[in-house]
Amino acid sequence: MTVDQSGHDVHEAELPVEMVTLTIDDVSVSVPKGTLLIRAAELIGVEIPRFCDHPLLEPVGACRQCLVEVPDAGNGRGFPKPQASCTLEVAEGMVARTHLTSEVATKAQVGTMEFLLINHPLDCPVCDKGGECPLQNQAMSHGRGESRFTETKRTFPKPVPVSAQVLLDRERCVLCARCTRFSEQIAGDPFIALVERGAEQQVGIGPNIDGGDEPFHSYFSGNTIQICPVGALTSADYRFRSRPFDLVSTPAVAEHDSCGAAIRVDHRRGRVMRRLAGDDPEVNEEWITDKDRFAFTWSGGDDRVRTPLVRNAETGELEPASWPAALATAARLLQQVHGSAGVLPGGRLTLEDAYAWSKFARLALGTNDVDFRSRAVGAGEADALAAAVAGVPASVTYRDLERARHVVLVGLEPEDEAGTLFLRLRKAVREHGTKVITVASHRSRGTTKLQARLVQVVPGNEAVALADLELGPDDVLLAGERLGLVPGGLAAAVEATGRSGARFAWVPRRAGDRGAVEAGLLPNLLPAGRPVVDAEARADLAAAWDVNAVPGTVGRDTAAIIAGVADRTLRGLLVGGVEIADLPDPALARAALAAADVVVSLEVRHSEVTAVADIVLPIAPMVEKPGTFVTWDGRRRSFDAVLDEPNSVTDTRVLAGIAEELGRPLGFRTIAGARDDLASLGGWDGTRADLPAVRREPVVPAAGQLVLSTWRQLIDDARGQDGQPEYSATARPPVLRASAATWDAHGVIPGEVATLTAPGRDLRVALPTEVDDLPDGVIWAPGNNGTNLRELGLGHGSAVQVTSGGLA
Amino acid sequence: MSDVLTPVLSANWADDRAWTLPVYAERGGYEALRTAMAMEPADLITLVKDSGLRGRGGAGFPTGMKWSFIPTDNPNPTYLVVNADESEPGTCKDIPLMMANPHVLVEGVIIAARAIQAQRAFIYVRGEVLHVVRRLRAAVREAYEAGYLGPNILGSGMNLDLVVHAGAGAYICGEETALLDSLEGRRGQPRLRPPFPAVAGLYASPTVINNVESIASVPAIVRGGIDWFGSMGTEKSKGFTLYSLSGHVKRPGQYEAPLGITLRQLLDLGGGLRANPDGSSSELKFWTPGGSSTPLLTAEHLDVPLDYEGVGAAGSMLGTKALQVFDQTTSVVRCVLRWTEFYKHESCGKCTPCREGTWWLVQVLRRLDEGQGREGDIELLLDLCDNILGRSFCALGDGATSPITSAIQYFRDEFEAGMHTPSRELFPPAASTLFPQEVTA
Repeated sequence: MTVDQSGHDVHEAELPVEMVTLTIDDVSVSVPKGTLLIRAAELIGVEIPRFCDHPLLEPVGACRQCLVEVPDAGNGRGFPKPQASCTLEVAEGMVARTHLTSEVATKAQVGTMEFLLINHPLDCPVCDKGGECPLQNQAMSHGRGESRFTETKRTFPKPVPVSAQVLLDRERCVLCARCTRFSEQIAGDPFIALVERGAEQQVGIGPNIDGGDEPFHSYFSGNTIQICPVGALTSADYRFRSRPFDLVSTPAVAEHDSCGAAIRVDHRRGRVMRRLAGDDPEVNEEWITDKDRFAFTWSGGDDRVRTPLVRNAETGELEPASWPAALATAARLLQQVHGSAGVLPGGRLTLEDAYAWSKFARLALGTNDVDFRSRAVGAGEADALAAAVAGVPASVTYRDLERARHVVLVGLEPEDEAGTLFLRLRKAVREHGTKVITVASHRSRGTTKLQARLVQVVPGNEAVALADLELGPDDVLLAGERLGLVPGGLAAAVEATGRSGARFAWVPRRAGDRGAVEAGLLPNLLPAGRPVVDAEARADLAAAWDVNAVPGTVGRDTAAIIAGVADRTLRGLLVGGVEIADLPDPALARAALAAADVVVSLEVRHSEVTAVADIVLPIAPMVEKPGTFVTWDGRRRSFDAVLDEPNSVTDTRVLAGIAEELGRPLGFRTIAGARDDLASLGGWDGTRADLPAVRREPVVPAAGQLVLSTWRQLIDDARGQDGQPEYSATARPPVLRASAATWDAHGVIPGEVATLTAPGRDLRVALPTEVDDLPDGVIWAPGNNGTNLRELGLGHGSAVQVTSGGLA
Repeated sequence: MSDVLTPVLSANWADDRAWTLPVYAERGGYEALRTAMAMEPADLITLVKDSGLRGRGGAGFPTGMKWSFIPTDNPNPTYLVVNADESEPGTCKDIPLMMANPHVLVEGVIIAARAIQAQRAFIYVRGEVLHVVRRLRAAVREAYEAGYLGPNILGSGMNLDLVVHAGAGAYICGEETALLDSLEGRRGQPRLRPPFPAVAGLYASPTVINNVESIASVPAIVRGGIDWFGSMGTEKSKGFTLYSLSGHVKRPGQYEAPLGITLRQLLDLGGGLRANPDGSSSELKFWTPGGSSTPLLTAEHLDVPLDYEGVGAAGSMLGTKALQVFDQTTSVVRCVLRWTEFYKHESCGKCTPCREGTWWLVQVLRRLDEGQGREGDIELLLDLCDNILGRSFCALGDGATSPITSAIQYFRDEFEAGMHTPSRELFPPAASTLFPQEVTA
């Protein structure tokens, strides 16, 4: 057994691999049985030209570019015709000759290349792909210098939008079917297909029921652009914006979920032009979600905070200030509320910044009133995280999903909340026979694509359902954010896996959530899994930090901090990257901000918080700083700054500055320093926090009330997706879903508009309705498409009412 | 001379209402079925294997061997699919057979299904021939009513459902794997092999796909025995078959004869080539042995035995035995252009050489047909064909090159004439029509 750098046990199947020895271009090579000839050739450094071939897609053999000569198929007989090396499996004793040693192969390849180019416009100078185009490159390496084709090319009107985001120039297409195969095999969204025949064949979209075009509905559509071996598919966003050779590429990590997908960020003259999927076989393979790909403009708008801002006490206006003045003022104000300030750092921090926040709260502000959860919080959630997640090496990896017998999803919709995880689960289902079970109100489109078996529950009853779930040691349970909102939900999941030997993983929604738990950004938790209530853990930490003591009482969680500020039990707030509308009760949060004596905000962009803050300290977005995200599977994904912005500073640097002004320095100022400081703490091998009691109280809706099932869809109105109208246009249209009986009971005719109301709120949401297979008395609504349901005080399991008709 | 003919499949075509079950039964129809029902499936396979019956769809693969490839341990159901998507230019044997004698096919299907232990069979008919689809469906209905189809056939315990499926008119769907995709409701394009249909065919289950004539020949073999069957034909090409004579002959039509007959004999049976306007007999210029995908032959090949080996030795293929006969009035260039236009139109688009190659070939041939050919065009055509032949995904691309390369082989001077003279001047189209009167508006 070996251990990889993330600390995971690498238990590859120890079955002996049957090897096959063959000869390619007179070089002998041994490869595992079942290897395709084209891959075997790669191993000896021979790159056979190809278009339709893609290692993650099923072979198709359509383009015929990779033809080679096979004088011996391994049985002493050769193939009379050149063979497509992308579909031919190697055989013992096989002899193959590529273009390097075979005239036949060379002529076949050159001939195919010439055919591919006859109907291609050769408009490389105006094509996005020019400069990074497999067709262009391979035409140079394996084509004729000049074409013999002088006749008429096939032409098409251009371009066709296959979706708002993806455009198709049909005349450039070489019909390799990579995009259609990706959509069908990988994403499970077969909304594009090859249509027509002969040279008129083209990628098409289907008609919809209204007689219009059915667009390419997929959260993963951008991958087709990246794997297109020509410039046929382009993004509306990047089209004609840049040339590949003007771009500087930097590897990075996607910041929109807890998956840690490897990405490549391409920038030009200080501006990010596009993002592409990186290649990491252990995480995202070569795929990313459209959110990871297209939602990168949020930090590049006009609303960036460019300088520190200090509110002028006389005018009440925020005024630019120097960094030293702003830090000194912040320190002075925070000193005034020392011991009575709450800390809301948000869930999007890097591990290093989260650690700086955690240390700052304890050392500089002397409080455990800190909570990264800028959302609703569940009873027992923090305790369960302390007991089963913090400081615990993750026991599940992406690859483990492929080996699992069952993967149980509770309170988790992978397609919407963890797209990379969704794709890996789909692969596990399709290729490895993994069975997915979803404990949810209904089968969503995402879980349908995972062929998931539904354990149907009324939202809030997940813990009850988990009690009845029979798991085995080869099974995996993935708990999503919403399970934490169910009282005792996470504890029930941990208990269910512990009981059966199955493995448990917590899949939060935000990139910083898992790191925040490690850093101790919870009222009950110190860094690296040290429980606040454990005196030994506190003493250990105080010694490491070289202080006398760290605060010893369990602090307030997000809801309690807001309530405390609102009722003036607390007097100050230190806030980082929190959207008010995401908080448990946005109205109360606004009142709290207004009531607070001191509000210090660390922000990238102007927000509702900065509008009322006393001091606004601008911090770097992900693209301008290094850091580490901890993924749901406990993987530490470090990245460097993409853009070198000297004026852009990290949360760590800002908090270190304030701490120094306060005379209680953090001991580091840089990300590297924070990382080292955290590492030097080591893990916690003492007593762990106790798992809270499992509570199983079935939800019983009051008469006339419905229970809300809701989650945030991948593409929604969150500010992290600002500035990409074409991308946003591909969001799933918001609808309300309920069973036919539920609609009928409330006088709603499915297909028509109904209005959702929350008890005691004025705000309402009117949306079209659809029938879906939900339990009677449960209604589903999207979390933040059009209206953020939290503004109605609504979340998973809330009581709601519904009436027919729109807003009066 | 007419004793050369061996009408078996076509024996009853002249009968009144030959397509109905009672008329078919009068000549012993469905007797073979009763015999077969008393036989073990494995014995049926052995019988067909030993008979030497080879696929009549063109490739000539031994039918019994194909059946024996069906695995017996596969948990999925086994399917029998009859390829009745007859679309090759010049080929016209299955459609008249199904029109005149649908029950011989139905009977063959039932026997073949017993041999491979299929409980569901399909006849995939090209959609354009609605009249044939109707005849087949009527015959299937009659067979159900007679207890030859459905549950517990003739008390044997065997169940079989037979579905007559109309295609939508794509030549590619005659390619067996494209046919399967089409039958499954997808767009017809050839599949990657392996897996072969015998292992994972229709609905990823073991599947036998046979040509109409192959299956229709089975009842006669069961009834007549392998010695009788082997008494016809040649050593490696046994039995009787339908030869479809068309073009510039006096009496075009279906001639059922033993394999190995020659075109000279068939032309005699067909009354020879048509008469010229001046009364003289026209001269044979070229002909196809088995549809447009088989390299064309000339008058020097009149005595080639029309069996799998004989035609192969002459540099062509027996194919579907669609003998299209062209006399001296025909422009080879124009003829080849028409065929190539067909392949360009019917190329499914999946693979590059066929899709793009046929697009290009047509443009070069059009130029030659117009007398606008350029120096090097013939070499270009040959090179393009070389880049398509054996490089395409399926045989459609190969077939598209056959008429071109063979035409250049035998009639290069006509292509050279295309550099300066339009074919319509060298060979006025009206002269080669079978109905030479001018059509006026």
